[in-house]
Amino acid sequence: MTMQNVGRPTRPDAETSAQGFTSLAGGRGLLQDEPLIFELGGWSKTGVDLPAASADASDLAGLTREAVALPGLSEPEAVRHYVRLSQKNHAIDLALYPLGSCTMKHNPRLNEKAARLAGFSDIHPLQPVSTVQGALALMDRLAHWLKTLTGMPAVALSPKAGAHGELCGLLCIKAAHEAAGQGHRRTVLVPTSAHGTNPATAAFVGYAVQEIAQTEDGRVDLADLESKLGPDVAAIMVTNPNTCGLFERDIIEIAKLTHAAGAYFYCDGANFNAIVGRVRPGDLGVDAMHINLHKTFSTPHGGGGPGAGPVVLSEALAPFAPAPWVVSGSDGLRLAEEATGPAAQAFGRMSAFHGQMGMFVRAYAYMLSHGADGLRQVAEDAVLNANYVKARLCDVMSPAFPDGPCMHEALFDDAWLEGTGVSTLDFAKAMIDEGFHPMTMYFPLVVHGAMLIEPTETESKAELDRFCEALRALAVAAKGNDKDRFKGAPHLAPLRRLDETLAARKPKLAWKPDPAGGA
Amino acid sequence: MRFTKDHEWVVLEGDVATIGITAHAAEQLGDVVFVETPEAGKAVKAGDAFAVVESVKAASDVYAPISGEVIEGNTALGDAPETVNAEPEAGGWFAKIKVADPSEYEKLMDRDAYEAFLATQ
Amino acid sequence: MRYLPLTPDDRAEMLGVIGAPDVDALFADVPAAARLPGPVDLPHHAGELEVERELSALAAMNRTAGSGPFFCGAGAYRHHVPATVDHIIQRSEFLTSYTPYQPEIAQGTLQVLFEFQTQVAALTGLDVANASMYDGSTACAEAVMMAQRVTRREKAILSGGLHPHYAATTQTIAHAEGMQIVRQKAAIDAEAAVIDAIDEHTACVVVQTPNVFGVVTDVAKIAEAAHAKGALLIVVTTEAVSFGLLKSPGEMGADIAVAEGQSIGNALNFGGPYVGLFAVREKLVRSMPGRLCGETVDADGRRGYVLTLSTREQHIRREKATSNICTNSGLCALAFSIHMSLLGGVGLRRLAEVNHARARELKATVEAAGLEVLTPRFFNEIAVRTKGPAAALVEALLARGVVAGVPFSRLDPAAGLDDVLLLAATETTTSQDIAALAAALKAA
Repeated sequence: MTMQNVGRPTRPDAETSAQGFTSLAGGRGLLQDEPLIFELGGWSKTGVDLPAASADASDLAGLTREAVALPGLSEPEAVRHYVRLSQKNHAIDLALYPLGSCTMKHNPRLNEKAARLAGFSDIHPLQPVSTVQGALALMDRLAHWLKTLTGMPAVALSPKAGAHGELCGLLCIKAAHEAAGQGHRRTVLVPTSAHGTNPATAAFVGYAVQEIAQTEDGRVDLADLESKLGPDVAAIMVTNPNTCGLFERDIIEIAKLTHAAGAYFYCDGANFNAIVGRVRPGDLGVDAMHINLHKTFSTPHGGGGPGAGPVVLSEALAPFAPAPWVVSGSDGLRLAEEATGPAAQAFGRMSAFHGQMGMFVRAYAYMLSHGADGLRQVAEDAVLNANYVKARLCDVMSPAFPDGPCMHEALFDDAWLEGTGVSTLDFAKAMIDEGFHPMTMYFPLVVHGAMLIEPTETESKAELDRFCEALRALAVAAKGNDKDRFKGAPHLAPLRRLDETLAARKPKLAWKPDPAGGA
Repeated sequence: MRFTKDHEWVVLEGDVATIGITAHAAEQLGDVVFVETPEAGKAVKAGDAFAVVESVKAASDVYAPISGEVIEGNTALGDAPETVNAEPEAGGWFAKIKVADPSEYEKLMDRDAYEAFLATQ
Repeated sequence: MRYLPLTPDDRAEMLGVIGAPDVDALFADVPAAARLPGPVDLPHHAGELEVERELSALAAMNRTAGSGPFFCGAGAYRHHVPATVDHIIQRSEFLTSYTPYQPEIAQGTLQVLFEFQTQVAALTGLDVANASMYDGSTACAEAVMMAQRVTRREKAILSGGLHPHYAATTQTIAHAEGMQIVRQKAAIDAEAAVIDAIDEHTACVVVQTPNVFGVVTDVAKIAEAAHAKGALLIVVTTEAVSFGLLKSPGEMGADIAVAEGQSIGNALNFGGPYVGLFAVREKLVRSMPGRLCGETVDADGRRGYVLTLSTREQHIRREKATSNICTNSGLCALAFSIHMSLLGGVGLRRLAEVNHARARELKATVEAAGLEVLTPRFFNEIAVRTKGPAAALVEALLARGVVAGVPFSRLDPAAGLDDVLLLAATETTTSQDIAALAAALKAA
C-alpha cells in the first residue's frame, strides 16, 4: 500500500476537557460581548449614500440645530452589530416558549410576506379612498371574520394593543352610560386574578376599582359579585377563560346579573385563543371584548410590540364606537372618519389614522389559512396541549387547580417546592439552562408562587415531551437538594442574573460619553 | 416608639413626631430603590398616604400614623434609598411631623403589641 | 393544516395520558348552551397559494405611493428605508421573541432598546427617552396626562397647529380622565397664540413643529411663558427626519417631546403600526409612561440591560399606574434604531437637507403654477390655498395620475379650511414628480 501520513488529526484528543475553560478575550466562542453603537467610533460615518443637497437653508435661519451627535455604521458593520445582538435573544423559532397569558405561538411567514406587499405597505393613510379600495376591503373582511367568530355585531379596529382596546371598550361603556343618563356610575368590578391592565385601564378612565373575590376552584365568586353589583357599578371586567387558565362556568349567570344591575360586561379577550371557533363571546352575554391579534391571530410579538387590539361590541355599545370605520356605499368602500352621520355618537378617536393595518393583513392571512375549521382546531389543540402538560407534570409539581380540565394554560403553584430552598424564580431561571424560556411567574397574583404554562397549539408532541422531560428532571433536582443548580441559574445564558436593584437605584437610561475622554 | 398595623413607626419628642417604616416592612419589601418623602408644610391627617416607598417589584404608599404638619422630609433618602433597608428604624426615617394632637400617639401600638400583631399575620 | 403539528394519532395518545375520552371533555366547563356544534359560517382552511392569491388581489386594488407622483404627508411620510432594516427585523430572534422580561436571554432586544432610547434622547435634545409608545398621537395624549400628574393641574392647551387627529386623540383620552382641554382654532402659523391662554391652572401647552401646516416655529418663547406660569411645554413632531436639521425640542425648552417615528425605518403601512417617541427632562422620569430599559451588571459583574423603574407600570401598580400601557412598539423601534444607526448624525443631517431641498423645489413649482403657498417657514411640507375645495382639486389631479396631497378638510372638516391643501416632498420625490404635478395643475 501507499503510506499517507500527512494531514490533520480526525479525532478529538481524549485528554482534553472543557471544564472551567475561559477564552483569552473573555467571550464565549461565537457569542461575544457586543459594544454599544456609541462605542464603535462611527461619529463621522454614515451607511446611507445620499446625494448632497444644495446647502441653502437660508429660509430656516435661526431655526436650525448644530450637527446631530449620533454615530453611524456602514452596512456590514450594522448587519454584524444587529445579528450579534439577535443571537443573545431567545425566540419561539428556537423552542417552546411557555409564557402563560402571552400566547407565544408560531408566526407564519406567509403573513410577513403578505404584509410587505407594496399594495399594503406602501399606501398612505390619507390618500384618496378611491385609491385604497383593497385596503378597505381587507379591513372590512377582517371585521366580518372577527364579528362572526365572536358572535358580536360590531367591531372597532383602531386600538393599537390589548390595553388600548380595553381603554376603547371602557370609553364605549362610559359613553353609553352617559347617553342613558347613567353617568353617575363610577365603579368597575374586577376579579383579583385580573391582568394588571384591567384595573389600570378602569382607573385611567376615571373609575373606582373594586375587586371581586375568587372561589376555591379559581372562578369568580358569584355571591360576592352579586353583593357588589349596585347602582354605582358601570361595568365588570372579566377575563374568560380566566388568568388561571379556567373557563368561567357561571359566565352566563355573571352576564345576567351584570345586565340586571344595569352594568355592562367587558370581557378581556386575551385568552380568546382557547375558545376561538368553539365558543362565541356574544352567546355568553359579553358587551365588549378586545382581541389581541398578536395572541389569537399569530401576529408576531416582535420583542414587545407592535400589537393590535380590535374591540368587538354588542348592539348596545356599537353606536359609541370610535371613528374611523369602513362603510359600504354605492361608489365603493369609504371611511367614516368624523363623528357625524352614523358616527354621531362616537366617543372620539383612539389614535391618528385607522389602526394597525400591517397587523390586520397578517391576522387576515392567518384566518384565511386556518378557515373556520382550522380555527376550531386551534382552540382544541391549544387546550389539548395544555392539559397534556398538566397531566405529565402533575405528579412532580402541584397544579393550582388539580380538579377538572384546564383550558389553554396549566397553572401550578409553588407548594411542591416547599422545603427545597428553591423558589419559583430559581426554578424558572434553571429552565433557561435547559433551553426553554421560563413560564409566566408570580401571575396570577391569587396563586402563591404561580407558574403559568401556555404551550399553544403550534407545538408538536415531540417538543411537548422534550419540555415535560426537562421540567420533570428539574423537579427531581429541586427536590434532590441540588440547590446550586437553581440559585445560580442561569449558568449557560449569554448573561447570568442581572442586578435589577442597581438598575432601579441608580437609573442609567441612556449612554453618556465617558467624562474621562473616550468617545 | 409606637407602631401601626400598616407597619409605620413613630417616635414623639415634644410635639414633633418622626415617622418611618418598620424593620419588618423593610425586609418584606426587599431592596428599596426609591423613596418619595413629603414636602415641608404639607398638612396630613392620620391614615393619609403621605409618602411612597418602592422596591424593584413593589410600590407601596406609606400612611401618616398621626395628624399634623410636615416639618421635614428625609431628602437624603432620594440619593440613598438603601438606608431604609440598612437602618429602617433610625437613619431611614421618612418625615418629621409637628403633631396636632399628641393623644393620637398614645392610641398606637407599643413594640410588644406590634410584635404580637406580626405573630398573627 | 400546515401550522398545526399534532396528528390524529398524537391527539388520541395525549387524550389517553390526560384520561379524557375526547377533546369535548376538555371543554366541559363551557355551558352547554354556548357550545358551537361545528365550525362557524366562514370559509374553510386554504393553502398558501390560495391565501396569497386573495391577498395579492386586494393589494393590487390599491395605488401604491411609489407608483407615481405622490405628495401626501400630514403625519405619515414616505421615505426610503435601507434593505438592511427589513432584513434584520425579520430575524427570528427579534421577530418572534416576547417583551424582554427575562433579561438573561433577551440582551439583544434590551441593548437595542438602550441604544434606541439614547438615539431618541439625542434627537429630541432631552435627557431620557422611553422604549417607545404606540404612535405619535397616543404619545401626545400620554404626555398631556403626564403633565397633569406632574403639575396636579387640569387644563391643557392644544395649539391650532397641532395635527387634528392628535388633538382628537388627546381630547378623547384626557377628557375621560377629567381634564379640561382647550383646543385652539386651526390656523396656519398658530403656535405662538398659545401664550395668551396660559394661566395658573394650565398643566401644559402642546405645540407642534413643524406643525400640521408645515410651519417651523422656534418655541423658546412659548417655553418661557409656560414655565413662568408653572406649566410644562410639550413639543410634538410628526416628521422625525426634521430632527436632523431643525432645533431640537429640548434646545428650545421643551419639558416633554413626543414624535411620530415612522419616517425613520418604517413603511407607510396605511397608518400603522408606527412608533411613538417620548422623551423628557431627567427630573420627570418617574412620572413617565411606558417601558424603560436601563444599564446594570449581572452576577459576574458583566454589563447588561434590564427593564427598569417598572413600579410605574400597570402590572405592579395596577390602578395606580402612570398609564395602562402594556406594550411598546418593539419591532418598529428596532427598525427605527437600525435605520438611525445606518444614517448616523451625518446621514440624518444630509437626509434632512435633501428633504428640505425637495420641498423648496416643490414650493417654487406650485407658486409658479399660480397657487398661494401659506407656509412661511417649512421643512418638507407646505400648505397651499386652492381655488375651490382642495378635495375637488385632489380628485381632479388624481384623474391625471398625481396624488397631490391631503386636503385639510380630511383632517378637520369643521375648521373652515376647505381650500387648504397639504403637500409634502421627501428624498423619494423626484424633479419629474414635481414637474408632473405642475403639468397636472396647469391642465386641471
